[in-house]
Amino acid sequence: MTGYVLGRLFAAVPVLLAVAVFVFLLLSLVPGDPAALIAGDFASPQQVEAVRQALGLDQPLLQRFLSWMGRMLRGDFGLSLFSRIPVSQLIAQRIEPTLILSLMTIVIAVLFAVPLGLVAAYRPKGVVARVTMAGAVLGFSVPVFVVAFALVYTLALGLRWFPVQGYKPLSQGAWAALHSLVLPAISLSFLYIALIARVTRAAVLEVLREDYVRTAHAKGLANRKIVSRHVLSNAAVPIITVIGIGFAALLGGVVVTETVFSIPGLGRLTADSILRRDYPVVQALILLFAGVYVVVNLAVDILYAVFDPRIRY
Amino acid sequence: MTIITTSDATSSEDGEKRNTSSDRFRRIIAFPLRQPMLAASCGLLFAFSVLALASPWITGDPAALDPLGRLKAPSADQPFGTDQVGRSVLDRALWGTRVSLSVGISVAMVTTMIGVAIGVVAGYFRAIDTIAMRAMDAVMAIPAILLAIALVALIGASPFVIVTAIAVPEIPRMARVVRASVLTLRERAYVEAAITCGGRTTTILRRHILPGAAGPIMVQTTYVFASAMILESILSFLGAGTPPDVPSWGNMMSEGRQFLQIAPWILGFPALMLAATVLAANLMGDALRDMLDPSLQGGELR
Repeated sequence: MTGYVLGRLFAAVPVLLAVAVFVFLLLSLVPGDPAALIAGDFASPQQVEAVRQALGLDQPLLQRFLSWMGRMLRGDFGLSLFSRIPVSQLIAQRIEPTLILSLMTIVIAVLFAVPLGLVAAYRPKGVVARVTMAGAVLGFSVPVFVVAFALVYTLALGLRWFPVQGYKPLSQGAWAALHSLVLPAISLSFLYIALIARVTRAAVLEVLREDYVRTAHAKGLANRKIVSRHVLSNAAVPIITVIGIGFAALLGGVVVTETVFSIPGLGRLTADSILRRDYPVVQALILLFAGVYVVVNLAVDILYAVFDPRIRY
Repeated sequence: MTIITTSDATSSEDGEKRNTSSDRFRRIIAFPLRQPMLAASCGLLFAFSVLALASPWITGDPAALDPLGRLKAPSADQPFGTDQVGRSVLDRALWGTRVSLSVGISVAMVTTMIGVAIGVVAGYFRAIDTIAMRAMDAVMAIPAILLAIALVALIGASPFVIVTAIAVPEIPRMARVVRASVLTLRERAYVEAAITCGGRTTTILRRHILPGAAGPIMVQTTYVFASAMILESILSFLGAGTPPDVPSWGNMMSEGRQFLQIAPWILGFPALMLAATVLAANLMGDALRDMLDPSLQGGELR
């Protein structure tokens, strides 16, 4: 087990390194002079030159990359060009709504998608199966902000159950915070439900064909026990895999959803910083998102071994 | 594109009884009955393409202002209503078809060409496999939307940059699909035979490997087409895509959001058209996949 975990950890390092190279190159190859940009519109050529030297932008590319990596690893992400606040502080201020939103989305998605997929597999010709599969294709086809506006129009503007936009921080009470994030979380979970329900259905269909399920039925085990002990635990590996893979789509969706609902989270910060060309913030956020994705998928890999003791590398 | 060669290969299977024209005619008639989903989705996409091509002639000027007739609800005169400056939502939505479809098609083509190249090389040459796939993993670790808006915002929005920005995050998935089929194809007896006979590597790849992978490539291309249109609308919606003076569905929805309460049609109609187009593309992909590999019926991991 320890060997397996260590192996997975080592496999994640080159991916993260490649992401870092990619992000670094992305922003180094941008047309225009970053030193002139950082110095501002009214800087004299001497001031631009001073900024260039202070930031080490006159150094060769490789050397710049190494020192940049060094600073990233020490947690020094630099100052925001826009607000002159340290990037790490900026991220810390904005992380709360994004964390709650992502967790809520995953909980909603799993709570809906797994039972739907299960029923769809058990009754492949039933109403639930048809509606779920049709809804799943729809879920892939409607962009997250369209779902968001449909919900806002009906549930917020129409029925007035939820606020149209904005976020109440946790300091004003957990219920207020959750309530303000219900609509964003539902809109975000739409795609995720489609993804998980499809895979759950396929995985369960596969397991239902296995001999041990027939044996369990034959020896008279209660249906509920068969589902929990035999079917779901054997279908778990593909389901948690797709939860991990879908995480990238979730993080991307956060950027859009937070913009639609004016939630002051990391997604909104990302969209704003990109449009403001606030390079240090963009670099740190892309690295952070990619890092979270890699760590989540690492956790998924490790969970495999928990759910399926046959997996040992 | 090389993919087209397989459709020839399948139809020449019944080479001897080369169909007479009436026979072919009967098969065209029978096609919608055998593949209703495929036929319907192809039909819808075809209709949208015709609309896109014909929009300069069938619509009025999408930029024509009419301040007195602004925010008018849908009526017989203006079936989709008018927006906040009195422009016809129908005209603009029809013009938007051009942006979405052309971005979708360009991205699908670029992604297929680059993704297939990477996938074939990675699947066929062991030495390159690990490096290429780790690089693909890295690109996949960055959320597609994030990567696309970053590229567009940093380099500047031109049609070329938008297509590139949407294609880059799509390439790894295509490469993975292709690599997976190449890995199995490489072990086939006929490929080994070709290697033993001293066939040139390029010939083997072109004649023996690529046609075998054509099915999954075609299906994935359809999915890329669908998701490229979604990404384009998100880019335009966030203000990092098509310039505001070009009517695109994303731009229209972005402008319509302030008027959601009083004039939901500004946002609603482009949203419906986008959903219908993407849905048709996704259904086409599903139908193609089921047709090419019936064992997968019902949709698994993409």
